[in-house]
Amino acid sequence: MILETLLVTAPDWAVRHSTVLIPIVPLVVAPVLAMSPSGRLAWLVSIATTAASLYFALLTLAIVQSTTGGVISYHIGNWAPPIGIEFRVDSLNAMILLIVTLMGFLASIFSWPTIVAEISKEKAGLFLCAFLLCFAGLCGVATTGDAFNLFVFLEISSLSTYVLVAMGAGRDRRALPAAFDYLIMGTLGASFYVVGVGFLYAATGTLNMADIAAQLPALGANRSVQVGFAFIIVGLGLKAAMWPLHQWLPNAYAYSPSFVTMFLAATATKVALYALIRWMFTIFQPEFAFEQALFTWVLAPLGMAAMVICSFQAVFQTDIRRMLAYSSVAQVGYMILGISLGTAAGVSAGLLHLFNHALMKGALFMAVAGICLNVQGTTLRDFAGLGRSAPFTMTAFAIAGLSLIGVPLTAGFISKLQLGYALFEQGWWWAVLLVVFSSFLAVFYVGRVLQAVFFQPPANPSKLRKEAPLLLLVPLWTLALANLYFGIDASFPAGLARDGAVAALGLEAFQ
Amino acid sequence: MPAFLASLNPGWLLIVAGVIALFVKVRVVRQAISIIAPIVGILMLATAQHGVDHMTYETLGIKMSFYRVDSLNFLFGLAFLIAALLNAIYALHTDNKTQDGMALAYAGSAIAATFAGDLMTLFIFWEITAITSVFMVLQAGTRASYFASMRYLGIQILSGVLLLDGIAYVWHYQGDLSLKAFTDLNQPGALIIFIAFGIKAAFPFLHNWLQDSYPKATVTGAVVLSAFTTKLAVYAFARVFPGQHELIWIGAVMTCFPVFFAVIENDLRKVLAYSTNNQVGFMICAIGVGTPLALNGAVAHAFADILFKGLLFMSMGAVLYRTGTTKANELGGLYRSMPWTTLFCLVGAISISAMPLFSAFVTKSMILSAVASTGMVVVWLMLMFASAGVLEHSGIKIPYFAFFGHDSGKRVKEAPFNMLLAMGMASFLCIAIGLPAFIPGFGYEWLYSLLPYPIEAASYQPFTIGHILAQLQLLALAVFAFVLLQRLGLYPPEKPGVILDTDWLYRKAGYGAARWIDTVWAKLGPALTSLFRSLSERAYDRLVDTFSPRGVLARNGVAGGMAVWTTVILAVVLLLSYLTS
Repeated sequence: MILETLLVTAPDWAVRHSTVLIPIVPLVVAPVLAMSPSGRLAWLVSIATTAASLYFALLTLAIVQSTTGGVISYHIGNWAPPIGIEFRVDSLNAMILLIVTLMGFLASIFSWPTIVAEISKEKAGLFLCAFLLCFAGLCGVATTGDAFNLFVFLEISSLSTYVLVAMGAGRDRRALPAAFDYLIMGTLGASFYVVGVGFLYAATGTLNMADIAAQLPALGANRSVQVGFAFIIVGLGLKAAMWPLHQWLPNAYAYSPSFVTMFLAATATKVALYALIRWMFTIFQPEFAFEQALFTWVLAPLGMAAMVICSFQAVFQTDIRRMLAYSSVAQVGYMILGISLGTAAGVSAGLLHLFNHALMKGALFMAVAGICLNVQGTTLRDFAGLGRSAPFTMTAFAIAGLSLIGVPLTAGFISKLQLGYALFEQGWWWAVLLVVFSSFLAVFYVGRVLQAVFFQPPANPSKLRKEAPLLLLVPLWTLALANLYFGIDASFPAGLARDGAVAALGLEAFQ
Repeated sequence: MPAFLASLNPGWLLIVAGVIALFVKVRVVRQAISIIAPIVGILMLATAQHGVDHMTYETLGIKMSFYRVDSLNFLFGLAFLIAALLNAIYALHTDNKTQDGMALAYAGSAIAATFAGDLMTLFIFWEITAITSVFMVLQAGTRASYFASMRYLGIQILSGVLLLDGIAYVWHYQGDLSLKAFTDLNQPGALIIFIAFGIKAAFPFLHNWLQDSYPKATVTGAVVLSAFTTKLAVYAFARVFPGQHELIWIGAVMTCFPVFFAVIENDLRKVLAYSTNNQVGFMICAIGVGTPLALNGAVAHAFADILFKGLLFMSMGAVLYRTGTTKANELGGLYRSMPWTTLFCLVGAISISAMPLFSAFVTKSMILSAVASTGMVVVWLMLMFASAGVLEHSGIKIPYFAFFGHDSGKRVKEAPFNMLLAMGMASFLCIAIGLPAFIPGFGYEWLYSLLPYPIEAASYQPFTIGHILAQLQLLALAVFAFVLLQRLGLYPPEKPGVILDTDWLYRKAGYGAARWIDTVWAKLGPALTSLFRSLSERAYDRLVDTFSPRGVLARNGVAGGMAVWTTVILAVVLLLSYLTS
């Protein structure tokens, strides 16, 4: 309904170029921000930029939903693929683009108070420049239809992320080793990816994804194709924090500026997961024997291991942000488990959980950011008694926490339910038990925080604690209420996830 | 009388009145409520149209009918209302909110259950009788009464739960909860419902709650209890299991076995409790026979029993109230100081003994005739033996040991006037329904005209030479036996003591076993707990060692470990690709 009005009212140029404008606008604005004299001005511009990207993402979604076949193909510089670079958007990446731009927009709104508190005002312009670059890179990964172009965008986002994480040093010096570790491992992942693309280029002679997909069946069991596939899966798996390649993530999330944590948690791993799905389902086909083996013997066990082991690790963390970071890895495990089923229900459950996880982790980390503004610390002790001094922030935190557990009437429940259905359909009832057990562990690690927040006296009553600023509360509550709303009426995200799974698997998978 | 009252279940009126009475502090107002409510209830019942579902409600697909009067339940309801009125008068000397309110609500729920038109409604009020009646025992306030009331409540609730269980079966297999007779005990749920009713009717081996709780109840509580619970069960059997032949033998055994216990029992209220068993046995036996004559007899005997058993409990209550005891060895010679109570007790004793011109004669003779017409000689002989036994323990033993016998030396005041009034009214009714119809339509004919099969009842003649002679012979024999045994010193002397009944099994042996298990557990429990705790502590330590920030998983240098892992995963994926292609 809203999407249709958007499509009708949009100017002609916007409709034609919306796809490419999503990453290009922030990419162009970013260098300008670096030269901005005033941090506040830079902040306002960054909001406008992300809002523009959000607008174009919605427009793209509207176009995808209204066209038959649901694919937009945009030729950069009118060079037709496979020679030229193609931007290709279908229901799958339209959904990812919506998540990234929406989270980027909400993050940029509340960024100002945290920048002031954690980074000096003089660096605000540079910081926001890095943020917009990262944002543009993520959008680019989700739009491009070219395998090598994807690597370029991945590197744009990764390099800016290293900078963003390192900026946390103003608050906690441990951000520097965390950023360094992330740099090493992220580069490792990106190199693996580009090595894999190289193998495929050697075998097929093309870099366009659709073109690779068209040529692969003819090649049969080509060794270099298989090696390329293995490198790509491991490289993207590392970026998506697939257990046990997740070890860059806890430190990066725990020590980066709180605004960056929120943005990365809600978007970065999601985009890498998208790329993984794109490679596994659109370019390669689940019918390939080695891919089936990969699903059954690698992805499903790793997903389940992530669910259980990282939930256990989350239970024992004393720092709230590390706890949430481990929980993120566990949630990635749910998504990978869903995807590894290779069925329509499984992929759609994985995508739905991806969407809902962005909502809940976004809200959780945003609430933590609000607390960081007033309390210098994010350990469990610092959170004691906050329910009384910051009721609005912590209530939103509690809602998102319940959604993380998967309490009925929250979004998290719906996606875990869908995942359970998909597992049952496959006859993997024991995996359902593992999902339930992992949710049970989530009760512990979330419950521990909620207990401290609402039922323990403050650790240091003399310290002044107050509510987060309104600038933060508005996006925070938007996400918290979305968690509740999509827990009751899940038709919108479930529709997106279903369309995404259709785009990945083809319509016949749903028959 | 407003029209709507004619279609309102009088039981509900009594329940509401009872709940109000619970909160009324002013004694006069509360007692006025307790007396007026049953009178209004009787008027309501008298004007109610028969055979119509007056109050219906449908929920969850179950049609509930809250008020349906017909010829079978009319007399039960009337007897319950009269009993409620007599109880209220009998309790006038007390000032106890809980007891007054609960007694009224108990009576009301028994009446509401009687007029229930379907099994679900019957169950609801069945449970309410259990909960309200327990206060009659609890209000005595002694330690023994507390434990007895808890045992009583447990068994009554068990009966309710079984009933619900049976109803669930019936609902599932027949989809219809209307009150109709089960023809076969093998029908789904029928046996469970049968047992549920049997508990309330105090079947043999299910009877102990009765002897356990009634003697420990308060003075008025025992009177209230004697009227409703067992008779409600009798009604339920007459409604749902008429002509069920198992009931004949169960009833016959029920009439006989309490005789032995009653004869040697020292506590006179406990004697009356056994005698309740015995009387209910006659009704159950008649329901088992199931002919119109037998059912007439069962209903009429239930009506008479409510009156004379109430009267006997009232007289023993008066004795308890004045002397503080009902132990036969501590009583005797009270006729000097309590002449009116003695008189009324004798009326009750003669009535229960079925002396011609008193109530039980016109009712029990129907039962005996019905059983005789089936040709079951053994059953008939058992009933005859039980009839003699009734005279032995209720007709002679009760008044003899309380008011005559050896003089205990107790010189007390006569019972309070309200007690005498209630006893007098009960005595009047006992005699009135036992008299021949000197005026047509009065005497026993009034009772007969209200029975479920009035045409058969009208053709039945209780006052025949044969009936009278047989009964008088029986009575004469029983009196002779008593006198002879008493003279020879063979009659069981009135001695304090505990008589072992089958409840020994759960009250002593079962309790002992529970105590033993408790002791063993007290020794074993801590050991198990510490074992469990050390195991769980070790498991927790393991988890912490593995997963905590200081644990194994967080130990290695991050970047190096990751590089290794990346290689491992790559190797696994490559290996898989080679193996599968």
